[in-house]
Amino acid sequence: MNIHEYQSKEILRNYGVKVPNGIVAFSVDEAVEAAEKLGTSVSVVKAQIHAGGRGKAGGVKVAKNLDEVRTYADEILGKVLVTPQTGPEGKEVKRLYIEQGCDIKKEYYLGLVLDRASSRVVMMASEEGGMDIEEVAATNPEKIFKEAIDPVVGLMPYQARRLAFNINIPEESISQAVKFMMGLYNVYVEKDCSIAEINPLVVTGDGDVMALDAKLNIEDNALFRQKDVGELRDLDEEDEKEIEASKYDLSYIALDGNIGCMVNGAGLAMATMDIIKHYGGDPANFLDVGGGATAEKVTEAFKIILSDPNVKGIFVNIFGGIMKCDVIAEGVVQATKEVGLEIPLVVRLEGTNVDLGKKILDESGLNITSADSMADGAQKIVSLLK
Amino acid sequence: MSVYVNKDSKVIVQGITGGTARFHTKQMLEYGTKIVGGITPKKGGTEVEGVPVFNTVQEAVDQTGANVSVIYVPAPFAADAIIEAVDAELDVVICITEHIPVLDMIKVKRYMEGKKTRLIGPNCPGVISADECKVGIMPGYIHTKGHIGVVSRSGTLTYEAVHQLSQAGYGQTSAVGIGGDPVNGTNFIDVLEAFNEDPETEAVVMIGEIGGTAEEEAARWIKDNMKKPVIGFIGGVTAPPGKRMGHAGAIISGGQGTAEEKIRVMNECGIAVAETPAVIGETMIRVLKEKGLDQKCKTH
Repeated sequence: MNIHEYQSKEILRNYGVKVPNGIVAFSVDEAVEAAEKLGTSVSVVKAQIHAGGRGKAGGVKVAKNLDEVRTYADEILGKVLVTPQTGPEGKEVKRLYIEQGCDIKKEYYLGLVLDRASSRVVMMASEEGGMDIEEVAATNPEKIFKEAIDPVVGLMPYQARRLAFNINIPEESISQAVKFMMGLYNVYVEKDCSIAEINPLVVTGDGDVMALDAKLNIEDNALFRQKDVGELRDLDEEDEKEIEASKYDLSYIALDGNIGCMVNGAGLAMATMDIIKHYGGDPANFLDVGGGATAEKVTEAFKIILSDPNVKGIFVNIFGGIMKCDVIAEGVVQATKEVGLEIPLVVRLEGTNVDLGKKILDESGLNITSADSMADGAQKIVSLLK
Repeated sequence: MSVYVNKDSKVIVQGITGGTARFHTKQMLEYGTKIVGGITPKKGGTEVEGVPVFNTVQEAVDQTGANVSVIYVPAPFAADAIIEAVDAELDVVICITEHIPVLDMIKVKRYMEGKKTRLIGPNCPGVISADECKVGIMPGYIHTKGHIGVVSRSGTLTYEAVHQLSQAGYGQTSAVGIGGDPVNGTNFIDVLEAFNEDPETEAVVMIGEIGGTAEEEAARWIKDNMKKPVIGFIGGVTAPPGKRMGHAGAIISGGQGTAEEKIRVMNECGIAVAETPAVIGETMIRVLKEKGLDQKCKTH
């Protein structure tokens, strides 16, 4: 789950990780009020959307007085920002963060991620602050320093010191940098983050070490024990159908094509998209109904697929293991009864309780094209839409 | 022969009183798996499908001599269940549970260092050795005994591959689902090593997907060490970057983990990669014919 910069900074603040003072604003008046309250001569007006690259897209402006705060807030609020991470349609700005200006001496990069190869959390730091870290990794890999963290003892101060020295933090700020890193690690493990990225981390003219930007991603699988973080979810930032799907534990991702897919298992769901493309079709979505789906969940999944106006045909591809074919069949029948079905539907069933599943579909009287294999099904749905 | 589980495996089911576990306990028993016990705290002394239930793993092991465990415990309690099984010194622990928090799995992996237990999964379909022992959730009837080993990050794609092989007349030794999570107990190389040593296995199908670099590492290992032909398939050629495709581990991030890169490295290492999931079986058969292993592997 993504959260906004201002929310990430609030969490960091609670863990003693230094961030500039700031206040969230939902209107232009609130923005001006916030700047007044901060009382600094310079303040920064920042668009709050769940995507990076805001600065270059005109979503971050430095204001030298309250009038400028009003002008910039008015300009940014409601604006559709297009950044490399938003896609071409962009994202509308509905929240602003008003932050005190900061006397930046130098910018750095600091991040925590999972290293899959070692099964450890790794802290990465670089002197190349403010840049995309993937770009630094590609062009100047020697400028990125890493410390793998043993989960038994956590990040050790010596590791934080080593990173701080390696990226040339000025000596008078080393202790602050270590404190910052230790705090960030605590946030990462206690809040079940999947990414914690401070880019840039800055050292100010006074030698303070602060997070100028902050991005925390919280692992969805851990939300059951992170209830307070779960409340920070901003539904405006997510696809409507993806929100609906998540209510039923369905994993759904909207795509651009016209063939709706309902599949069990993530691997098979991906492979189903691939094979549709292979035969010249275009998938409208990725949808994994998961292992423990009930007929009700399958019905909801079907409704979500049909709510996409681009969908002109549906391919159901099921290889039952933990998922039983009869449950899928019941869900499909139920859904078509509830919402109707005016577009072609191809169903391929195999695996646990396959005969029972096929029988339910046969006896339903629905206009269903059945397929013997996934290749057969993909070819059939593609040709039905031609 | 086979890998990890066989006709002599004595299996216990952790979380046996849950609905899914009950259903699959029945299915495993019908397949012929020796299920000797189940564990659900506070349900000790009861029975599920005629299988005795115990309160703790240790108690079950002491009383039944079990050496394999399969876990159906819900995600919030799964890390505890795995560690309990490792602590009881089982040979193999197979964790079916999905959605276990990554930070829990990091601790589990660390705890397992130096321990004798092999963990398979989590978020996997389990392991089946055809006609001998089924530990997990895969549909048993698609498997036939033979000489092909199957290893996969995806459950349902494993079934797809097995089904194609069986239909074409090529049986399997074992099919191992290693799971779709970024931190798991057993990786491709572990399973490839086991198949390499297994005298009955003549060739291996390896099914990967986008995310991480496990397939690339496995491909390089195969090039240097594998004595038997391996063919592959990678799911997610058309997946958009930055989106988690169901599996926690299936995400293209920072330009890493793309299907193109995996297929390129696999081809470079001499591994034939099936162009679509529908031709995994065909690709295997073509390679078997090229290597003169076709006669030996055609089982029915």
